[in-house]
Amino acid sequence: MIPAPSISWLAVLPLLIVIGTAVLVLLADLWTEGPDREGLGWIGLTGLVVTAVAAIALWNTHLSSFADAIVLDRYGLFFTLLFCAASGLTLLMSMSYLELTDIRTGDYYSLILFSTVGMVVMATATDLIVIFLGLEVMSLAVYALAGIWRNQLRSNEAALKYFLLGAFATGFLLFGIALLYGATGSTTLGPIAQRVAHLGGEQRTLVIAGMALLMVGFGFKVAAVPFHVWTPDVYEGAPTAVTALMAVGVKAAAFAAFARVFMHTLAQLSADWTSVLWVLAALTMTVGNVTALFQRNIKRMLAYSSVAHAGYLLVGMVAGGELGGSAVLFYLIAYTLMTLGAFAVVIALGRRGAPNENLDDYAGVGFRNPFLGAVMVIFMLSLSGVPPLVGFMGKFYIFSAAVKSGYIGLAVIGVLNSVISVYYYVGVLVRMYMTEGGVEVEHPTTRPYLFATLLLTVVGTVAFGLFPSSLFELARQSFLALG
Amino acid sequence: MPLLSLIVFTPLIGALFVMLTSAEQHTALRRGAFIFSLLPFALSVYLLMQFDAGNPGFQFTENVPWIPAFGVSYSVGIDGISLFLLLLTTFLTPLVILAGWDVHRRIKEYMVFMLLMETGMLGAFVAIDLFLFYVFWEVMLVPMYFLIGVWGGERRVYAAIKFVLFTMTGSLLMLVAILYLVTLHGQQTGQLTFDLVRLYDFSIPVSVQRWLFAAFALAFAIKVPMFPLHTWLPDAHTEAPTGGSVILAGVMLKMGTYGFLRFAIPLFPLAAREAMPIIVVLATIGIVYGALVSMVQPDLKRLVAYSSVSHLGFVMLGMAALNMQGVEGSIYQMLNHGLSTGALFLAVGVIYERRHTRLITEFGGLWQQLPIYGAIFMIVMLSSVGLPGLNGFVGEFLILLGAFGTHRVAAAVAVSGVVLGAVYMLWMYQRVMFGPLENPANRQLKDLSRREIFVFAPILVMFFVMGLYPRPFLSRMEPSVQAYLMRLHQKMAVAEAEPSQVQLSQAIGSCGLADADCQRGRTP
Repeated sequence: MIPAPSISWLAVLPLLIVIGTAVLVLLADLWTEGPDREGLGWIGLTGLVVTAVAAIALWNTHLSSFADAIVLDRYGLFFTLLFCAASGLTLLMSMSYLELTDIRTGDYYSLILFSTVGMVVMATATDLIVIFLGLEVMSLAVYALAGIWRNQLRSNEAALKYFLLGAFATGFLLFGIALLYGATGSTTLGPIAQRVAHLGGEQRTLVIAGMALLMVGFGFKVAAVPFHVWTPDVYEGAPTAVTALMAVGVKAAAFAAFARVFMHTLAQLSADWTSVLWVLAALTMTVGNVTALFQRNIKRMLAYSSVAHAGYLLVGMVAGGELGGSAVLFYLIAYTLMTLGAFAVVIALGRRGAPNENLDDYAGVGFRNPFLGAVMVIFMLSLSGVPPLVGFMGKFYIFSAAVKSGYIGLAVIGVLNSVISVYYYVGVLVRMYMTEGGVEVEHPTTRPYLFATLLLTVVGTVAFGLFPSSLFELARQSFLALG
Repeated sequence: MPLLSLIVFTPLIGALFVMLTSAEQHTALRRGAFIFSLLPFALSVYLLMQFDAGNPGFQFTENVPWIPAFGVSYSVGIDGISLFLLLLTTFLTPLVILAGWDVHRRIKEYMVFMLLMETGMLGAFVAIDLFLFYVFWEVMLVPMYFLIGVWGGERRVYAAIKFVLFTMTGSLLMLVAILYLVTLHGQQTGQLTFDLVRLYDFSIPVSVQRWLFAAFALAFAIKVPMFPLHTWLPDAHTEAPTGGSVILAGVMLKMGTYGFLRFAIPLFPLAAREAMPIIVVLATIGIVYGALVSMVQPDLKRLVAYSSVSHLGFVMLGMAALNMQGVEGSIYQMLNHGLSTGALFLAVGVIYERRHTRLITEFGGLWQQLPIYGAIFMIVMLSSVGLPGLNGFVGEFLILLGAFGTHRVAAAVAVSGVVLGAVYMLWMYQRVMFGPLENPANRQLKDLSRREIFVFAPILVMFFVMGLYPRPFLSRMEPSVQAYLMRLHQKMAVAEAEPSQVQLSQAIGSCGLADADCQRGRTP
């Protein structure tokens, strides 16, 4: 009989709380009648807050459990907190957003929470199979979420496209895992890290091939060029709040696993993968930004912008080391805040039956609705990297890391891309402030949850831009926990 | 008392105050903005009185760690080089707000952006931490972008975006250079710092300096703007509202020249010296080209915009001389250009507001209808031309004197720019103000209101003060400029051989213009 591994339940405590909340929402849905958006939403939010509190309480622990398949270190906790924030803000804005749709609330909220479960698993997993498991849990929930607005054709299309391509990409990931297992005899990250460095001959070839396939799998989830082609259609078709979650949560989760595997486990082979990632980073930034220039729909534009930001994050991975790693973590927070905020503005412009997602719909909105205009200015400037906002601090951190590691060329490509991105981000502001027409918008205070989301994200964007030190330190400590 | 921080952030507080005022209360908005722009001026006059003219280093310094992990600190200070640029900014902003009294559309936002921009510009002049400087340098862009894009002319959106993209391209490349410089310094000394004074003392191999200087110089040359990177300027100036043009010409262009003086040249002296011939050639081309193109402009604002290209060519030429007269003249000319060109844009703004056209052919014979305006416009125009007795002359004279010592041919060519400057300005003035008053639309024009006279009056006073009695200005600049040149030539000399102190002081011509005795003793 195989001895059962010892289990430390504390190590999966945050995970269990999220699962519990998700189940609770499902059950509560049975007892609520009619579309009860707020009650279920509050349950979900409370659960995420409790999870975050638990994660903070566990900050100084380092536990591993399930035969080293799950580890609760600061790295994992950092991402757990990030996912709580991302999913929490998504829930918050959804509580206003769902009024505009025919989406059944119970299913919706629980799926968001289940996808969060998958994300947390991905961030805390130290076994390739468990990472895969987390990826699937997250992805299945998000596939369903993308198509949850059943009577919308484009929502269906988005779900189908995302599912087919996602399944295909997951195949690559799984194949990569198999090759690594074949070469090293383990799927656990610790042993793999020990063995990969000493391999020679055929086994080394296997490892290289396995790495390449893993890169494809992760590259798909983070939407790196050339694995990004699904992004615009899926982002455009999915309900906007779901798009926001995909842009930040799914991407951050994929980066959590991507960075753990490559920057830690396979760090000794960095000579083999950095050059490939260098090319991917340059391509991702450039294609993302250049394509975003031509978009007429704001969700598509933000989709390409999310591709571009994946490129900046890859620069951090290429730079590597303590600085590069913590830069990636910091940037993910920055990116989450400003992107969620931007999507909240997109939702704020929407009406029932009129999503108002064309850039031309934004004409004149800035002056007609000063609050919405002002926050959009801040999000767009932060996304394009204007100081002293958090997006700039993130770029500063990433490019510092790149320069320090000697990747000046990549840093230059990065900043030139920032210039390109200014054009389309500022293009939104041109429409909001320098043209007339567009749609009428209600004052955001009439939708309190959305208003709260906007306030939280805008305060974060400004405050962490002005005072980034504590967050820098947090990111550094979290990355160092990888050991 | 953190005097500099007070000066820098009072407009920001004013902007918040204006933001919270109801958009309907126009008078309260205007008065509030005006008062909050007067406060920094009052404070900076107090600063001027407290300023120790004999101290070449940074004064009124404040230093608070900001991002300690990266060696970034909130570090500000002021010396003889930045003192008057700070004053220029606090002097012009209230006048611009006063001149914008009649902005009808979205007055609240207009005032907010004006005040935000003042904070950005003041911050950039006092920052002595590279990171902090970069932050203010970029912050400045945003309000200017909105001022051009919202309140500008017909092609305002195009002009605004062009302005942002040009400036951003340069500044982001400069960011990479800053990061590289700081990382290099960190690797060699073990200390990560963005502190300018510490980085001044850092010796960088000349091969590295070349790249870093190129990145810095590109950012600043776009902002100046130097030929051939000037193409954004005529568009931005022409489309911007009057207040935007005044601030853009009066203060923001100085950011570029100030950046050369404060950052690019002293941080990378060896590369700078190698690049000086290029800068001199481009500056000279700019002087002549700007003047020639001005001459054929049918549009008043475009004419003034191109004249800026020419005048800033002088500023760069003086700076490139790397001697006392040249650099002092260069700083002096920055102030002159700020006042004269600012006033020119105000003057053009006056008739544009009344007629909504800027075409020279639409006017003619205005003197009959607008005598007060005509008189003021004439003084402004003559100041820009460089008539002796007015401020422009002192700057140009010093620059040519300095440049003649080092770049004789360029100085000789630049003199033709002075002549051409007189040609296009006088010709423009003649076509607008003299001749018969033929256009019936001009017969109803009203002369300047009291408010408008009050806008011009302080500037005109400064024209005469700076033209007749430059000494108080130059004497405050002198110690800092001298120290600056000393350090520069020392670094350059170390790269070659050990020079004697005498050679050093000869190289920089260490007596300034204000010091007449020293001058006499030195002239053969």
